Amino acid sequence: MWTSEMTLMMWDGVKETLFMTLLSTLFGYLLGLPMGIALAVTDKNGIKPNAVVYKVLDVIANIVRSIPFLILLILIMPLTKMIVGRSYGTAATVVPLTFAAAPFIGRMIESSINEVDRGVIEAAQSMGASTMTIIIRVLLVEARTSILVGVTIALGTILGYSAMAGIVGGGGLGDIAMRYGYYRYESEIMLVAVVLLVVLVQIFQTVGMSMSVKLDRRKR
Amino acid sequence: MAGMIEVRNLSKTFVTKDADVEALQDINLSIQAGEIYGIICMSGAGKSTLVRCLNFLERPTSGTVEIEGKDLSTLSQKELRAKRAEIAMIFQHFNLLMQKNVIDNICFPLLYAGVSKKDGGKKGTMSKKEARKRAEELLEIVGMTEKAKAYPSQLSGGQKQRVAIARALAANPKILLCDEATSALDPQTTQSILQLLKQINKDYGITIVIITHEMSVVREICSHVAIIGGGHLVEQGRVSDIFTHPKTKEAKELIVKGRGEERRTLESHQRDLMKGKCCIRIVFSVNSSFEPVIANMVLRFGQPINILRADTKNVEGIARGEMILSLPDDVQVQADMKAYLIERGLDVEEVDGYVD
Repeated sequence: MWTSEMTLMMWDGVKETLFMTLLSTLFGYLLGLPMGIALAVTDKNGIKPNAVVYKVLDVIANIVRSIPFLILLILIMPLTKMIVGRSYGTAATVVPLTFAAAPFIGRMIESSINEVDRGVIEAAQSMGASTMTIIIRVLLVEARTSILVGVTIALGTILGYSAMAGIVGGGGLGDIAMRYGYYRYESEIMLVAVVLLVVLVQIFQTVGMSMSVKLDRRKR
Repeated sequence: MAGMIEVRNLSKTFVTKDADVEALQDINLSIQAGEIYGIICMSGAGKSTLVRCLNFLERPTSGTVEIEGKDLSTLSQKELRAKRAEIAMIFQHFNLLMQKNVIDNICFPLLYAGVSKKDGGKKGTMSKKEARKRAEELLEIVGMTEKAKAYPSQLSGGQKQRVAIARALAANPKILLCDEATSALDPQTTQSILQLLKQINKDYGITIVIITHEMSVVREICSHVAIIGGGHLVEQGRVSDIFTHPKTKEAKELIVKGRGEERRTLESHQRDLMKGKCCIRIVFSVNSSFEPVIANMVLRFGQPINILRADTKNVEGIARGEMILSLPDDVQVQADMKAYLIERGLDVEEVDGYVD
Protein backbone atom coordinates (compact mmCIF):
# COMPACT_ATOMS: atom_id res chain seq x y z
CA MET A 1 0.00 0.00 0.00
CA TRP A 2 1.22 3.48 -0.85
CA THR A 3 1.09 5.80 2.13
CA SER A 4 1.68 9.48 2.52
CA GLU A 5 4.85 8.67 4.47
CA MET A 6 6.18 6.99 1.38
CA THR A 7 5.46 10.06 -0.73
CA LEU A 8 7.29 12.12 1.84
CA MET A 9 10.20 9.68 1.78
CA MET A 10 10.36 9.88 -1.99
CA TRP A 11 10.32 13.66 -1.87
CA ASP A 12 13.18 13.60 0.64
CA GLY A 13 14.99 11.16 -1.62
CA VAL A 14 14.68 13.51 -4.57
CA LYS A 15 15.97 16.41 -2.51
CA GLU A 16 18.93 14.41 -1.18
CA THR A 17 19.82 13.13 -4.62
CA LEU A 18 19.69 16.63 -6.05
CA PHE A 19 21.74 17.98 -3.16
CA MET A 20 24.46 15.37 -3.64
CA THR A 21 24.52 15.56 -7.41
CA LEU A 22 24.52 19.32 -7.78
CA LEU A 23 26.97 20.00 -4.98
CA SER A 24 29.38 17.28 -6.12
CA THR A 25 29.21 18.49 -9.69
CA LEU A 26 29.94 22.03 -8.53
CA PHE A 27 32.93 20.95 -6.43
CA GLY A 28 33.92 18.52 -9.15
CA TYR A 29 34.20 21.42 -11.58
CA LEU A 30 36.10 23.55 -9.08
CA LEU A 31 38.77 20.86 -9.14
CA GLY A 32 38.25 19.42 -12.61
CA LEU A 33 38.11 22.65 -14.58
CA PRO A 34 41.61 23.86 -13.63
CA MET A 35 42.85 20.30 -13.99
CA GLY A 36 41.39 19.94 -17.48
CA ILE A 37 42.74 23.33 -18.53
CA ALA A 38 46.17 22.41 -17.20
CA LEU A 39 46.06 19.10 -19.05
CA ALA A 40 45.13 20.75 -22.35
CA VAL A 41 47.58 23.63 -22.00
CA THR A 42 50.60 21.55 -20.95
CA ASP A 43 49.96 18.88 -23.57
CA LYS A 44 52.79 18.62 -26.08
CA ASN A 45 50.51 20.25 -28.66
CA GLY A 46 49.15 22.74 -26.12
CA ILE A 47 49.91 26.43 -25.87
CA LYS A 48 52.45 25.95 -23.08
CA PRO A 49 53.80 22.42 -23.27
CA ASN A 50 55.18 21.04 -20.02
CA ALA A 51 55.87 17.31 -20.04
CA VAL A 52 56.26 17.01 -16.24
CA VAL A 53 53.04 18.78 -15.27
CA TYR A 54 51.12 16.93 -17.96
CA LYS A 55 52.42 13.52 -16.93
CA VAL A 56 51.68 14.08 -13.23
CA LEU A 57 48.10 15.19 -13.92
CA ASP A 58 47.68 12.45 -16.48
CA VAL A 59 48.69 9.75 -13.98
CA ILE A 60 46.52 11.19 -11.20
CA ALA A 61 43.52 11.29 -13.50
CA ASN A 62 44.08 7.72 -14.62
CA ILE A 63 44.59 6.35 -11.11
CA VAL A 64 41.51 7.97 -9.62
CA ARG A 65 39.38 7.03 -12.60
CA SER A 66 40.41 3.40 -12.43
CA ILE A 67 39.28 2.99 -8.82
CA PRO A 68 35.64 1.83 -8.71
CA PHE A 69 33.51 4.43 -7.00
CA LEU A 70 32.37 2.03 -4.30
CA ILE A 71 36.00 1.37 -3.31
CA LEU A 72 36.92 5.06 -3.50
CA LEU A 73 34.01 5.81 -1.19
CA ILE A 74 35.45 3.54 1.48
CA LEU A 75 39.08 4.34 0.74
CA ILE A 76 38.82 8.05 1.45
CA MET A 77 36.57 7.78 4.50
CA PRO A 78 39.26 9.23 6.81
CA LEU A 79 39.55 12.24 4.52
CA THR A 80 35.78 12.58 4.40
CA LYS A 81 35.66 12.56 8.19
CA MET A 82 38.33 15.26 8.30
CA ILE A 83 36.45 17.50 5.89
CA VAL A 84 32.80 16.99 6.88
CA GLY A 85 33.25 15.84 10.43
CA ARG A 86 31.73 12.40 9.93
CA SER A 87 32.00 9.67 7.36
CA TYR A 88 28.31 8.91 6.83
CA GLY A 89 25.26 10.82 5.67
CA THR A 90 24.33 12.82 2.64
CA ALA A 91 26.87 15.61 3.15
CA ALA A 92 29.65 13.08 3.65
CA THR A 93 28.85 11.46 0.29
CA VAL A 94 29.64 14.71 -1.48
CA VAL A 95 33.35 14.28 -0.71
CA PRO A 96 33.98 10.96 -2.48
CA LEU A 97 31.60 12.01 -5.24
CA THR A 98 33.64 15.14 -5.81
CA PHE A 99 36.91 13.22 -5.91
CA ALA A 100 35.48 10.65 -8.27
CA ALA A 101 34.02 13.32 -10.53
CA ALA A 102 37.01 15.71 -10.70
CA PRO A 103 39.36 13.66 -12.91
CA PHE A 104 36.45 12.59 -15.09
CA ILE A 105 35.44 16.23 -15.50
CA GLY A 106 39.08 17.16 -16.07
CA ARG A 107 39.29 14.73 -18.97
CA MET A 108 36.13 16.11 -20.51
CA ILE A 109 37.37 19.69 -20.20
CA GLU A 110 40.68 18.63 -21.74
CA SER A 111 38.97 17.12 -24.74
CA SER A 112 36.62 20.09 -25.12
CA ILE A 113 39.56 22.48 -25.17
CA ASN A 114 41.52 20.29 -27.57
CA GLU A 115 38.66 20.68 -30.03
CA VAL A 116 39.24 24.43 -30.27
CA ASP A 117 40.56 25.39 -33.70
CA ARG A 118 44.34 25.84 -33.57
CA GLY A 119 44.10 28.70 -36.01
CA VAL A 120 42.05 30.82 -33.62
CA ILE A 121 44.61 30.23 -30.88
CA GLU A 122 47.38 31.16 -33.28
CA ALA A 123 45.53 34.35 -34.21
CA ALA A 124 45.39 35.33 -30.53
CA GLN A 125 49.09 34.54 -30.14
CA SER A 126 49.88 36.65 -33.17
CA MET A 127 48.13 39.57 -31.46
CA GLY A 128 50.42 39.16 -28.48
CA ALA A 129 47.87 37.63 -26.11
CA SER A 130 49.28 35.98 -22.99
CA THR A 131 48.67 32.36 -22.08
CA MET A 132 46.18 33.38 -19.40
CA THR A 133 44.30 35.63 -21.83
CA ILE A 134 44.14 32.85 -24.38
CA ILE A 135 42.76 30.41 -21.79
CA ILE A 136 40.07 32.77 -20.55
CA ARG A 137 39.20 34.70 -23.69
CA VAL A 138 39.73 32.10 -26.39
CA LEU A 139 39.81 28.51 -25.15
CA LEU A 140 36.96 28.65 -22.65
CA VAL A 141 34.85 30.87 -24.91
CA GLU A 142 35.27 28.76 -28.02
CA ALA A 143 34.85 25.47 -26.12
CA ARG A 144 31.75 26.74 -24.31
CA THR A 145 29.24 24.55 -26.12
CA SER A 146 31.30 21.43 -25.75
CA ILE A 147 31.93 22.17 -22.05
CA LEU A 148 28.19 22.54 -21.45
CA VAL A 149 27.54 19.20 -23.10
CA GLY A 150 30.18 17.87 -20.71
CA VAL A 151 28.31 19.32 -17.71
CA THR A 152 25.22 17.46 -18.84
CA ILE A 153 27.11 14.20 -19.07
CA ALA A 154 28.82 14.81 -15.73
CA LEU A 155 25.49 15.43 -13.99
CA GLY A 156 24.10 12.15 -15.29
CA THR A 157 27.18 10.20 -14.27
CA ILE A 158 27.41 11.74 -10.81
CA LEU A 159 23.71 11.11 -10.27
CA GLY A 160 24.41 7.47 -11.04
CA TYR A 161 27.32 7.38 -8.59
CA SER A 162 25.20 9.00 -5.91
CA ALA A 163 22.91 5.98 -5.95
CA MET A 164 25.71 4.05 -4.29
CA ALA A 165 25.67 6.46 -1.40
CA GLY A 166 23.31 4.10 0.40
CA ILE A 167 26.39 2.15 1.51
CA VAL A 168 27.33 4.98 3.87
CA GLY A 169 23.77 5.91 4.72
CA GLY A 170 23.92 8.73 2.26
CA GLY A 171 20.26 8.83 1.45
CA GLY A 172 18.76 9.80 -1.86
CA LEU A 173 16.70 7.86 -4.36
CA GLY A 174 19.34 5.22 -4.97
CA ASP A 175 19.47 4.47 -1.27
CA ILE A 176 15.68 4.05 -1.15
CA ALA A 177 15.68 1.81 -4.19
CA MET A 178 18.32 -0.42 -2.68
CA ARG A 179 16.87 -0.61 0.80
CA TYR A 180 13.33 -1.37 -0.32
CA GLY A 181 13.99 -3.25 -3.52
CA TYR A 182 17.08 -5.27 -2.64
CA TYR A 183 16.78 -5.85 1.11
CA ARG A 184 13.00 -5.91 1.57
CA TYR A 185 11.66 -7.07 -1.78
CA GLU A 186 9.25 -4.15 -2.02
CA SER A 187 9.70 -3.77 -5.72
CA GLU A 188 7.05 -1.12 -6.31
CA ILE A 189 8.88 1.32 -4.07
CA MET A 190 12.08 0.52 -5.91
CA LEU A 191 10.30 1.04 -9.20
CA VAL A 192 9.04 4.46 -8.18
CA ALA A 193 12.52 5.47 -7.03
CA VAL A 194 14.03 4.29 -10.31
CA VAL A 195 11.40 6.15 -12.33
CA LEU A 196 12.20 9.30 -10.38
CA LEU A 197 15.91 8.82 -11.10
CA VAL A 198 15.15 8.45 -14.80
CA VAL A 199 13.03 11.60 -14.74
CA LEU A 200 15.85 13.55 -13.07
CA VAL A 201 18.39 12.43 -15.65
CA GLN A 202 15.97 13.36 -18.42
CA ILE A 203 15.53 16.84 -17.00
CA PHE A 204 19.28 17.39 -16.69
CA GLN A 205 19.83 16.13 -20.19
CA THR A 206 17.12 18.25 -21.78
CA VAL A 207 18.02 21.44 -19.96
CA GLY A 208 21.76 20.97 -20.53
CA MET A 209 21.49 20.24 -24.21
CA SER A 210 19.07 23.03 -24.96
CA MET A 211 21.33 25.47 -23.14
CA SER A 212 24.41 24.38 -25.06
CA VAL A 213 22.56 24.67 -28.36
CA LYS A 214 21.18 28.04 -27.41
CA LEU A 215 24.61 29.38 -26.54
CA ASP A 216 26.26 28.04 -29.69
CA ARG A 217 26.85 30.83 -32.21
CA ARG A 218 28.31 28.66 -34.92
CA LYS A 219 25.10 27.86 -36.73
CA ARG A 220 21.84 29.60 -37.28
CA MET B 1 69.47 51.52 -44.69
CA ALA B 2 68.04 48.92 -42.39
CA GLY B 3 64.59 47.85 -43.47
CA MET B 4 61.38 47.37 -41.56
CA ILE B 5 61.97 43.64 -41.60
CA GLU B 6 65.44 42.18 -41.97
CA VAL B 7 65.76 38.43 -42.21
CA ARG B 8 69.31 37.13 -42.13
CA ASN B 9 70.49 33.60 -42.83
CA LEU B 10 67.27 32.18 -41.52
CA SER B 11 66.95 28.40 -41.45
CA LYS B 12 64.29 26.22 -39.94
CA THR B 13 64.56 22.51 -39.46
CA PHE B 14 61.75 20.35 -38.17
CA VAL B 15 62.82 17.29 -36.27
CA THR B 16 60.49 14.40 -36.93
CA LYS B 17 60.75 10.77 -36.00
CA ASP B 18 61.99 9.63 -39.37
CA ALA B 19 64.17 12.47 -40.51
CA ASP B 20 65.00 16.12 -40.07
CA VAL B 21 63.08 18.23 -42.53
CA GLU B 22 64.79 21.41 -43.63
CA ALA B 23 61.83 23.64 -44.40
CA LEU B 24 63.85 26.81 -44.91
CA GLN B 25 67.53 27.26 -45.61
CA ASP B 26 69.56 30.41 -45.44
CA ILE B 27 66.80 32.88 -46.28
CA ASN B 28 67.76 36.57 -46.51
CA LEU B 29 65.09 39.19 -46.95
CA SER B 30 65.05 42.92 -46.59
CA ILE B 31 61.63 44.50 -46.53
CA GLN B 32 61.34 48.27 -46.44
CA ALA B 33 58.66 50.24 -44.64
CA GLY B 34 55.58 50.86 -46.76
CA GLU B 35 56.23 48.10 -49.26
CA ILE B 36 53.82 45.40 -50.27
CA TYR B 37 56.15 42.46 -50.33
CA GLY B 38 55.14 39.16 -51.85
CA ILE B 39 56.68 35.88 -50.88
CA ILE B 40 55.72 33.23 -53.34
CA CYS B 41 56.40 29.55 -53.02
CA MET B 42 55.41 26.70 -55.20
CA SER B 43 54.01 23.76 -53.27
CA GLY B 44 54.16 23.72 -49.51
CA ALA B 45 57.77 24.84 -49.50
CA GLY B 46 57.81 26.24 -45.98
CA LYS B 47 55.91 29.44 -46.70
CA SER B 48 53.74 29.21 -43.62
CA THR B 49 56.86 28.57 -41.59
CA LEU B 50 58.55 31.63 -43.04
CA VAL B 51 55.69 33.99 -42.23
CA ARG B 52 55.48 32.57 -38.70
CA CYS B 53 59.17 33.21 -38.23
CA LEU B 54 58.54 36.90 -38.91
CA ASN B 55 56.60 37.25 -35.65
CA PHE B 56 58.31 34.36 -33.89
CA LEU B 57 55.21 32.20 -33.64
CA GLU B 58 57.81 29.80 -34.99
CA ARG B 59 61.38 30.15 -33.77
CA PRO B 60 63.98 29.83 -36.49
CA THR B 61 66.59 27.10 -35.98
CA SER B 62 69.28 29.58 -36.92
CA GLY B 63 69.54 33.09 -38.28
CA THR B 64 67.91 36.29 -37.12
CA VAL B 65 64.76 38.28 -37.69
CA GLU B 66 64.95 41.99 -37.03
CA ILE B 67 61.88 44.19 -36.89
CA GLU B 68 62.77 47.88 -36.99
CA GLY B 69 66.30 47.01 -35.96
CA LYS B 70 65.22 44.86 -33.00
CA ASP B 71 66.39 41.27 -33.06
CA LEU B 72 63.36 39.24 -32.00
CA SER B 73 65.44 36.47 -30.43
CA THR B 74 66.84 38.90 -27.85
CA LEU B 75 63.40 39.89 -26.56
CA SER B 76 61.83 38.52 -23.39
CA GLN B 77 58.46 36.82 -23.60
CA LYS B 78 56.75 40.02 -22.55
CA GLU B 79 58.67 42.22 -24.97
CA LEU B 80 57.96 39.72 -27.72
CA ARG B 81 54.24 39.88 -27.01
CA ALA B 82 54.36 43.67 -27.09
CA LYS B 83 56.17 43.48 -30.43
CA ARG B 84 53.63 41.04 -31.82
CA ALA B 85 50.89 43.55 -31.12
CA GLU B 86 52.60 45.71 -33.75
CA ILE B 87 52.73 42.89 -36.27
CA ALA B 88 49.21 41.95 -37.26
CA MET B 89 48.41 38.81 -39.15
CA ILE B 90 45.58 37.49 -41.28
CA PHE B 91 45.09 33.88 -42.25
CA GLN B 92 43.80 31.61 -44.98
CA HIS B 93 40.96 30.39 -42.79
CA PHE B 94 40.30 33.78 -41.16
CA ASN B 95 40.58 32.39 -37.61
CA LEU B 96 37.84 34.46 -36.04
CA LEU B 97 36.29 33.57 -32.71
CA MET B 98 33.22 31.62 -33.79
CA GLN B 99 31.36 32.24 -30.54
CA LYS B 100 31.76 36.01 -30.65
CA ASN B 101 30.07 38.46 -32.96
CA VAL B 102 31.89 40.68 -35.42
CA ILE B 103 32.29 43.68 -33.15
CA ASP B 104 33.56 41.58 -30.22
CA ASN B 105 36.06 39.91 -32.52
CA ILE B 106 37.48 43.26 -33.50
CA CYS B 107 37.52 44.43 -29.88
CA PHE B 108 39.63 41.43 -28.87
CA PRO B 109 43.07 42.89 -29.64
CA LEU B 110 41.98 46.24 -28.21
CA LEU B 111 40.88 44.87 -24.87
CA TYR B 112 42.75 41.68 -24.20
CA ALA B 113 45.82 41.22 -26.36
CA GLY B 114 49.26 42.68 -26.00
CA VAL B 115 51.02 43.66 -22.80
CA SER B 116 49.30 45.40 -19.91
CA LYS B 117 49.81 49.06 -19.15
CA LYS B 118 51.99 48.56 -16.11
CA ASP B 119 54.46 46.64 -18.24
CA GLY B 120 54.64 49.41 -20.78
CA GLY B 121 52.00 48.06 -23.14
CA LYS B 122 48.64 49.35 -24.24
CA LYS B 123 46.41 46.56 -22.97
CA GLY B 124 43.81 47.79 -20.56
CA THR B 125 44.19 51.43 -21.57
CA MET B 126 40.95 51.34 -23.49
CA SER B 127 37.50 51.16 -21.95
CA LYS B 128 34.95 48.80 -23.47
CA LYS B 129 33.12 51.80 -24.87
CA GLU B 130 36.20 53.26 -26.56
CA ALA B 131 37.10 49.87 -27.99
CA ARG B 132 33.60 49.54 -29.42
CA LYS B 133 33.85 52.93 -31.04
CA ARG B 134 37.20 52.11 -32.58
CA ALA B 135 35.85 48.75 -33.78
CA GLU B 136 32.97 50.52 -35.48
CA GLU B 137 35.39 52.84 -37.27
CA LEU B 138 37.37 49.84 -38.44
CA LEU B 139 34.22 48.13 -39.68
CA GLU B 140 33.53 51.16 -41.77
CA ILE B 141 37.01 51.04 -43.30
CA VAL B 142 36.46 47.44 -44.40
CA GLY B 143 32.88 48.16 -45.44
CA MET B 144 31.11 45.85 -43.03
CA THR B 145 29.21 48.28 -40.83
CA GLU B 146 25.86 46.57 -41.21
CA LYS B 147 27.27 43.21 -40.06
CA ALA B 148 28.47 44.39 -36.65
CA LYS B 149 26.15 42.11 -34.72
CA ALA B 150 26.49 39.08 -36.99
CA TYR B 151 28.41 35.96 -36.02
CA PRO B 152 31.20 34.66 -38.25
CA SER B 153 29.16 31.61 -39.23
CA GLN B 154 26.64 33.94 -40.86
CA LEU B 155 29.26 35.58 -43.08
CA SER B 156 30.76 34.61 -46.42
CA GLY B 157 34.47 33.94 -46.77
CA GLY B 158 35.21 37.40 -48.13
CA GLN B 159 33.24 39.04 -45.35
CA LYS B 160 35.09 37.00 -42.74
CA GLN B 161 38.40 38.09 -44.20
CA ARG B 162 37.24 41.70 -44.05
CA VAL B 163 36.45 41.28 -40.37
CA ALA B 164 39.83 39.64 -39.86
CA ILE B 165 41.48 42.62 -41.56
CA ALA B 166 39.58 45.03 -39.33
CA ARG B 167 40.73 43.01 -36.31
CA ALA B 168 44.30 43.08 -37.59
CA LEU B 169 44.18 46.87 -38.00
CA ALA B 170 42.72 47.44 -34.55
CA ALA B 171 46.00 47.71 -32.70
CA ASN B 172 47.49 50.13 -35.25
CA PRO B 173 50.10 47.70 -36.49
CA LYS B 174 53.15 48.70 -38.51
CA ILE B 175 53.25 45.42 -40.35
CA LEU B 176 50.50 43.19 -41.70
CA LEU B 177 51.40 39.59 -42.46
CA CYS B 178 49.04 37.78 -44.82
CA ASP B 179 49.31 34.01 -44.75
CA GLU B 180 47.57 32.77 -47.92
CA ALA B 181 44.87 35.30 -47.11
CA THR B 182 43.04 34.90 -50.41
CA SER B 183 43.60 31.22 -51.09
CA ALA B 184 40.22 30.17 -49.73
CA LEU B 185 38.36 32.82 -51.72
CA ASP B 186 36.95 32.87 -55.24
CA PRO B 187 38.66 35.07 -57.85
CA GLN B 188 36.24 37.97 -57.56
CA THR B 189 36.40 38.10 -53.76
CA THR B 190 40.16 37.77 -53.98
CA GLN B 191 40.19 40.90 -56.13
CA SER B 192 38.16 42.90 -53.64
CA ILE B 193 40.30 41.79 -50.70
CA LEU B 194 43.48 42.66 -52.60
CA GLN B 195 42.08 46.10 -53.40
CA LEU B 196 41.30 46.58 -49.72
CA LEU B 197 44.87 45.62 -48.75
CA LYS B 198 46.22 47.99 -51.35
CA GLN B 199 44.11 50.80 -49.98
CA ILE B 200 45.20 50.06 -46.41
CA ASN B 201 48.82 50.13 -47.49
CA LYS B 202 48.29 53.48 -49.17
CA ASP B 203 46.15 55.12 -46.48
CA TYR B 204 48.02 53.98 -43.39
CA GLY B 205 51.47 53.21 -44.73
CA ILE B 206 51.37 49.74 -43.23
CA THR B 207 54.03 47.42 -44.55
CA ILE B 208 52.33 44.35 -45.95
CA VAL B 209 53.92 40.94 -46.41
CA ILE B 210 51.91 38.55 -48.53
CA ILE B 211 52.64 34.86 -48.58
CA THR B 212 50.95 33.11 -51.45
CA HIS B 213 51.24 30.46 -54.10
CA GLU B 214 49.28 32.50 -56.63
CA MET B 215 51.35 34.53 -59.04
CA SER B 216 48.29 36.60 -59.91
CA VAL B 217 48.16 37.91 -56.33
CA VAL B 218 51.77 39.06 -56.45
CA ARG B 219 51.33 40.62 -59.87
CA GLU B 220 48.19 42.41 -58.74
CA ILE B 221 49.42 44.29 -55.71
CA CYS B 222 53.02 43.57 -54.74
CA SER B 223 55.86 45.95 -55.40
CA HIS B 224 58.54 43.43 -54.50
CA VAL B 225 58.64 39.69 -54.52
CA ALA B 226 60.79 36.88 -53.20
CA ILE B 227 60.53 33.47 -54.77
CA ILE B 228 61.15 30.50 -52.52
CA GLY B 229 61.80 27.13 -54.07
CA GLY B 230 62.78 23.99 -52.21
CA GLY B 231 63.32 25.92 -49.00
CA HIS B 232 65.78 28.31 -50.66
CA LEU B 233 65.38 31.89 -51.72
CA VAL B 234 65.86 31.66 -55.47
CA GLU B 235 65.13 35.17 -56.66
CA GLN B 236 63.98 38.48 -55.27
CA GLY B 237 63.48 41.98 -56.52
CA ARG B 238 60.91 44.34 -57.99
CA VAL B 239 57.88 42.51 -59.35
CA SER B 240 58.08 44.36 -62.68
CA ASP B 241 61.74 43.33 -63.15
CA ILE B 242 61.14 39.70 -62.35
CA PHE B 243 58.15 39.59 -64.63
CA THR B 244 60.03 40.98 -67.57
CA HIS B 245 63.38 39.36 -66.92
CA PRO B 246 63.03 36.26 -64.80
CA LYS B 247 66.52 34.89 -64.22
CA THR B 248 65.95 31.56 -62.57
CA LYS B 249 64.12 28.46 -63.69
CA GLU B 250 61.71 28.75 -60.77
CA ALA B 251 60.76 32.31 -61.62
CA LYS B 252 60.13 31.38 -65.22
CA GLU B 253 58.01 28.44 -64.22
CA LEU B 254 55.94 30.58 -61.90
CA ILE B 255 55.29 33.16 -64.57
CA VAL B 256 54.20 30.52 -67.05
CA LYS B 257 52.03 28.86 -64.44
CA GLY B 258 50.64 32.24 -63.47
CA ARG B 259 49.23 32.73 -66.95
CA GLY B 260 46.55 30.16 -66.33
CA GLU B 261 45.42 31.98 -63.21
CA GLU B 262 45.64 35.37 -64.81
CA ARG B 263 43.21 34.55 -67.53
CA ARG B 264 40.36 34.88 -65.07
CA THR B 265 41.47 38.27 -63.88
CA LEU B 266 42.11 39.46 -67.39
CA GLU B 267 38.54 38.75 -68.29
CA SER B 268 37.03 41.74 -66.58
CA HIS B 269 39.60 43.99 -68.15
CA GLN B 270 38.89 42.49 -71.55
CA ARG B 271 35.20 42.84 -71.06
CA ASP B 272 35.65 46.58 -70.63
CA LEU B 273 37.58 46.77 -73.87
CA MET B 274 34.96 44.79 -75.70
CA LYS B 275 32.05 46.89 -74.58
CA GLY B 276 30.27 48.40 -77.57
CA LYS B 277 32.75 46.84 -79.98
CA CYS B 278 32.18 44.07 -82.41
CA CYS B 279 34.45 41.28 -81.35
CA ILE B 280 35.05 37.94 -82.90
CA ARG B 281 36.89 34.87 -81.84
CA ILE B 282 38.73 33.01 -84.52
CA VAL B 283 40.33 29.62 -84.30
CA PHE B 284 43.15 28.54 -86.59
CA SER B 285 43.21 24.97 -87.58
CA VAL B 286 46.61 23.52 -88.43
CA ASN B 287 46.58 24.22 -92.16
CA SER B 288 45.61 27.85 -92.08
CA SER B 289 48.79 28.93 -90.33
CA PHE B 290 50.72 28.94 -93.61
CA GLU B 291 49.09 32.15 -94.69
CA PRO B 292 49.50 35.39 -92.67
CA VAL B 293 45.71 35.81 -92.58
CA ILE B 294 45.41 38.75 -90.23
CA ALA B 295 48.14 40.76 -91.88
CA ASN B 296 46.65 40.14 -95.31
CA MET B 297 43.21 41.10 -94.11
CA VAL B 298 44.41 44.38 -92.68
CA LEU B 299 46.23 45.17 -95.93
CA ARG B 300 43.24 44.28 -98.03
CA PHE B 301 40.63 46.32 -96.13
CA GLY B 302 43.00 49.08 -95.11
CA GLN B 303 41.37 49.16 -91.68
CA PRO B 304 43.11 48.49 -88.37
CA ILE B 305 41.96 45.69 -86.13
CA ASN B 306 42.77 45.24 -82.50
CA ILE B 307 44.08 41.92 -81.21
CA LEU B 308 42.67 41.56 -77.71
CA ARG B 309 44.08 38.17 -77.04
CA ALA B 310 46.10 35.54 -78.81
CA ASP B 311 46.80 32.15 -77.43
CA THR B 312 47.46 28.59 -78.37
CA LYS B 313 45.27 25.93 -76.91
CA ASN B 314 45.79 22.27 -76.80
CA VAL B 315 42.59 20.70 -78.10
CA GLU B 316 42.57 16.92 -78.31
CA GLY B 317 46.31 16.88 -78.60
CA ILE B 318 46.48 19.39 -81.47
CA ALA B 319 47.71 22.91 -80.87
CA ARG B 320 45.19 25.42 -82.15
CA GLY B 321 45.66 29.13 -82.34
CA GLU B 322 42.95 31.28 -80.91
CA MET B 323 42.51 35.02 -81.24
CA ILE B 324 40.03 37.55 -80.07
CA LEU B 325 39.79 40.47 -82.47
CA SER B 326 38.03 43.75 -82.12
CA LEU B 327 36.79 44.85 -85.56
CA PRO B 328 36.33 48.39 -86.91
CA ASP B 329 33.00 50.08 -86.20
CA ASP B 330 31.79 50.09 -89.83
CA VAL B 331 29.15 47.36 -90.09
CA GLN B 332 29.84 46.71 -93.76
CA VAL B 333 33.55 46.24 -93.12
CA GLN B 334 32.77 43.93 -90.23
CA ALA B 335 30.65 41.67 -92.42
CA ASP B 336 33.27 41.69 -95.16
CA MET B 337 36.04 40.82 -92.77
CA LYS B 338 34.09 37.92 -91.33
CA ALA B 339 33.36 36.61 -94.78
CA TYR B 340 37.04 36.98 -95.65
CA LEU B 341 38.12 34.95 -92.65
CA ILE B 342 35.54 32.23 -93.21
CA GLU B 343 36.64 32.00 -96.83
CA ARG B 344 40.11 31.14 -95.57
CA GLY B 345 38.87 28.22 -93.55
CA LEU B 346 38.87 29.82 -90.13
CA ASP B 347 36.21 29.29 -87.52
CA VAL B 348 34.65 32.65 -86.75
CA GLU B 349 32.38 33.30 -83.85
CA GLU B 350 31.01 36.53 -82.51
CA VAL B 351 31.70 37.05 -78.81
CA ASP B 352 30.14 39.55 -76.54
CA GLY B 353 31.58 39.83 -73.13
CA TYR B 354 32.29 36.27 -72.26
CA VAL B 355 35.67 34.80 -73.06
CA ASP B 356 36.43 31.35 -71.84
